[in-house]
Amino acid sequence: MKLILHVWRQKSAAQPGKMIRYEHSRVNAHMSFLEMLDVLNEDLIAEGEEPIAFDHDCREGICGSCGFMINGVAHGPEPGTTVCQLHMRHFKDGDELTIVPWRAKAFPIVKDLVVDRSAFDRIIAAGGFISVSTGSAPDGNTISIPKKSVDLAMDAAACIGCGACVAACPNAAAALFTGAKISHLGLLPQGQPERYERSLNMVAQVKNEGFGSCTNIGECEAVCPKEIKLEVIARMNRDYIKASWTQRGDTFRNEGV
Amino acid sequence: MELKSKSPSGPIESRWDRHRFELKLVNPANKRKYNILVVGSGLAGASAAASLAELGYNVKCFCFQDSPRRAHSIAAQGGINAAKNYQNDGDSIYRLFYDTVKGGDFRARESNVYRLAQISVNIIDQCVAQGVPFAREYGGLLANRSFGGAQVSRTFYARGQTGQQLLIGAYQALERQVGLGQVEMFPRTEMLDLVVIDGKARGIVTRNLIDGRVETHLGDAVVLGTGGYGNVFYLSTNAKGSNCTAIWRAYKRGALMGNPCYTQIHPTCIPVSGDYQSKLTLMSESLRNDGRIWVPKKTGDTRPPNQIPETERDYYLERKYPSFGNLVPRDVASRNAKQVCDEGRGVGTGLGVYLDFADAIKRLGKQVIRERYANLFDMYDRITGENPYEVPMRIYPAIHYTMGGLWVDYNLMTTVPGLYAIGEANFSDHGANRLGASALMQGLADGYFVLPYTIGDYLAQTKLERIDSSHAKVREAEAGVMERTKHLLNIPGKRTVTSFHRELGKLLWDECGMARNDTGLRKALKRIPELREEFWKNLNVLGGGEELNQSLENAGRVADFLEFGELMCLDALHRSESCGGHFREEFQTPDGEAKRDDSTYSYVAAWEYAGSQQSPILNKEPLEFEYVHPAQRSYK
Repeated sequence: MKLILHVWRQKSAAQPGKMIRYEHSRVNAHMSFLEMLDVLNEDLIAEGEEPIAFDHDCREGICGSCGFMINGVAHGPEPGTTVCQLHMRHFKDGDELTIVPWRAKAFPIVKDLVVDRSAFDRIIAAGGFISVSTGSAPDGNTISIPKKSVDLAMDAAACIGCGACVAACPNAAAALFTGAKISHLGLLPQGQPERYERSLNMVAQVKNEGFGSCTNIGECEAVCPKEIKLEVIARMNRDYIKASWTQRGDTFRNEGV
Repeated sequence: MELKSKSPSGPIESRWDRHRFELKLVNPANKRKYNILVVGSGLAGASAAASLAELGYNVKCFCFQDSPRRAHSIAAQGGINAAKNYQNDGDSIYRLFYDTVKGGDFRARESNVYRLAQISVNIIDQCVAQGVPFAREYGGLLANRSFGGAQVSRTFYARGQTGQQLLIGAYQALERQVGLGQVEMFPRTEMLDLVVIDGKARGIVTRNLIDGRVETHLGDAVVLGTGGYGNVFYLSTNAKGSNCTAIWRAYKRGALMGNPCYTQIHPTCIPVSGDYQSKLTLMSESLRNDGRIWVPKKTGDTRPPNQIPETERDYYLERKYPSFGNLVPRDVASRNAKQVCDEGRGVGTGLGVYLDFADAIKRLGKQVIRERYANLFDMYDRITGENPYEVPMRIYPAIHYTMGGLWVDYNLMTTVPGLYAIGEANFSDHGANRLGASALMQGLADGYFVLPYTIGDYLAQTKLERIDSSHAKVREAEAGVMERTKHLLNIPGKRTVTSFHRELGKLLWDECGMARNDTGLRKALKRIPELREEFWKNLNVLGGGEELNQSLENAGRVADFLEFGELMCLDALHRSESCGGHFREEFQTPDGEAKRDDSTYSYVAAWEYAGSQQSPILNKEPLEFEYVHPAQRSYK
C-alpha cells in the first residue's frame, strides 16, 4: 500500500524544525510501524537524504524507548499498543499520517522524533525506590502480602516510562507516571516506611522539571500502552495530601500507616 | 597464555565462603577514594553499580539508551530460578547446581555454577525487599512455577514481565544512588574503547550520542555488563541496539573471548514475515505445555491447516521423542524444526511450523487456555493479525542468548587486570547451553553478590599510579576513536549499514546457526572478510559526527560484528564436537542427538587477539568435573 506521511524534521534542539511530506509506496500490511519507517529511511539514504531519527530498542513493547504522535494520538490508534507493536494492517492504502514527537516543556527535543525524557529518571531518583542496600534483606517469605495487593502493585509497576501520558496530556503533566510508581511501592508493605516522604519528594521533583498540573482529564489513561489506570493518580494525591498535612518542619510524621 | 581460573578447591559447598574470607577487603574509609566505571545498565550493570555505590565506591555508569531502565534485560518474560524449595518438592542448591551443569552439556566450571545456585536464594530476598511484585499465592506467600522442563518448581515470576520487574528493581536501586550523588549516570553514551595503562584497565573512551563528543573517563577498575552478541545474526530476539562493541574493544585490548560459538536458539518465536523484518519476537516456551507442534507430511503442501486431515499431519516431536514429546529442550526442538523445514515441509513462508492449540481447547475449553496464555495469544494476534484460538500459531526458532563472552576467572576478572565482565557479557556459568530462567539469575548474582566482593580484592592489592587524561595511552585511544568515526562517515559508498548487517546475519544464520558443518563454516570464513572489505569501501553513512546520528552508531557496531562473526565461526570450526547450542552435523549420535567428545574438548576455548592480520591464538582452560559426571543427554 501507499501512504502519505508528514513527518516533523528537526536537525537539533538549536535549529528550527518543519514538517516534511513523504510519499511512501513500499508499505506492507505485515510491517510494524517502525519497520515501515525503516524502509522509508533506507529509501531516503539511497536518495542522499538523512534518515528520520526515532528512539526504539526492544521492539516488543516493553523497553519504553519508542513513541511519537500519529495523527495527534500518542502511539497511534490501537489501544494498549506501542508504536513498535502497531502494525500497518490497521491503516489503509492512501492514508495520510502526521507524525510528530512528544511535545512537553520537560521533554526537550533532541532531533526529529527523539526527545529527552531524562526528567523521568530524576523523578525516580528523588524517591521512586525502597531504600534497601544489597545484603540486608530478610527471607522473601518473611512478610506475606495479599495476592490482591501484589496484583494491584503489579498493574502499576507495568509502566514502561515511555512518556505517552505526558505527551497526551493538555497540561503535559507527569501524574500517571509518578502516580504509577507511588502506587507500585505504596501498595506493598516494603514500601511503607518511606511512603509519605516518597510522595512529597517525587511530586516536588515533578514540579522542578516543568511538568504541568493534573486536572483529571484522563487523556493519559486513554493512550497508556500498558493501560495504567487513573486510580494511580488518586493514590498519589491521597499520599501527597496526607504527607503535606502531617509534615512538621523538615521531617514527616508517618502516623496511621 | 596461562589461564588462572582461581577456582577454589575443597568441598564444593564451602568454596565460595572460604574464598570470600580469603578476599582482601578495602577499608570502608578508603572506598571513597576509588572510582569504578560500570558500562551497561541491565540486570548485571545496574545491580553492580548500585551495590558498589552502597559500599561507598564512586561509580560512573554508562548506557547507550536514553535511560538505564531501557536495557534489554527488561524483555525477559519467563522468570528467575532460585533454589528456595518453597514448594517442598525436593529442590536444593545442589539440585540447581546439578541441573545447570548438566543442562550446560558439561562445558561450565563447577565452582562457578555452585556459587550461582547458592546465591540464587539471596537474589529473591533482595528483590522482594526492593518491592519487586513477584506472583503470590492466595495465602500471601511467593508462588513458583516449573519452567523449561525442570522437574521442580523453582521459578519465581512477575506475570510475563519478570525481566522488566527485576530490572526496575535494580534501576531504582541505581537511581537512589544517583540521587545520593554516589553514582554519576551517563545515558546516551557509548563505550568505544578501553584504556589500558601499565597492563591494567584504567578507563574507557566514550562517544556522547547526542553531540558526538569523544571523552575519556578514567578509573581504578572497569566493569563491562554490556550483554550478549546475538545481534551478530541481525535477526534475533535481542533489542535493536544490543551489540558486541564493548566486549570486542576489550578483546582487542587483551581480554580473551571465551567460547564465542555457544549461542542459544529459542524454538518458539514468531517467524519472519518479509525482508523488511527488523527483529524477531519470542513467545514464552510455556506454550509448548499445551500446544502440539506439527507440519504436513507431504512436502510443498500449501493447504490451510484446517484442511489438512489428521492422517496427513506429522507431529514430529511426539513421533521422535515419545517420552518428552513437545517438551524436549530448546536445542532439540529448534533443530527438529529446521530439519522439517529443510525437507520442504515448513509452513507459511516455508520457515515455520504449526503450534496447534485445537486439541487443548477441545480438552480444557477456551476459557482455561485464555487464562493460561491470554497475553501471549494477544501478542501473537497483534503481530501476525491471526487469531490463535482459531488457527494454529506459526513458530520458528530464533537466536535468543549467547553463552559465550569474555573469559573471566572465578572473581569475574578478565585477563586484563582491573577489567571485569558480568552477566551475559561473560562466558561463565551456562556452559554450552543455558537453562530457562537462569539468565536473570546470573546477571543479578554477578552484580549484587559476586563482583562487589571480588573487586575489593583487586583494589586492595594493586598499586594504581595516579594518571590523567594527558597520558599517551589515553591520547592514542581517543585519537583512534575519532579517526574511526571520521572514516565511517567518509566512505564514498552506496550501501546502507543495514544492508551489510542483514547480509552478515543471513550468512551466519545459514552457516553458524542451528546446525553447523565444516564446509559451511569454511564458506563463512571466506565470505566474512570479503564482506568486511566491501563494508569499508562501499558503505554510505549520511550526516555528521557531532550530532545524534543513528546510522553512524549502527555502522560502528556492525563493523565490530563483521570482525566478531569471523571469530565465532573460527571457534565453531575448531570445536569438532557437538555440545549444547553448538551442533556440528558431522558429530551426532545415530539418533541425531548432539555427540560430545569429552576426551578432546572438555575445555573452555579462550581466544586471544594477535593483531589485525594475524589469526587469534587459542588458549584452553581444562574443565574438571568432580561432582557431576559427564553423561549423554537423552530425551527419548
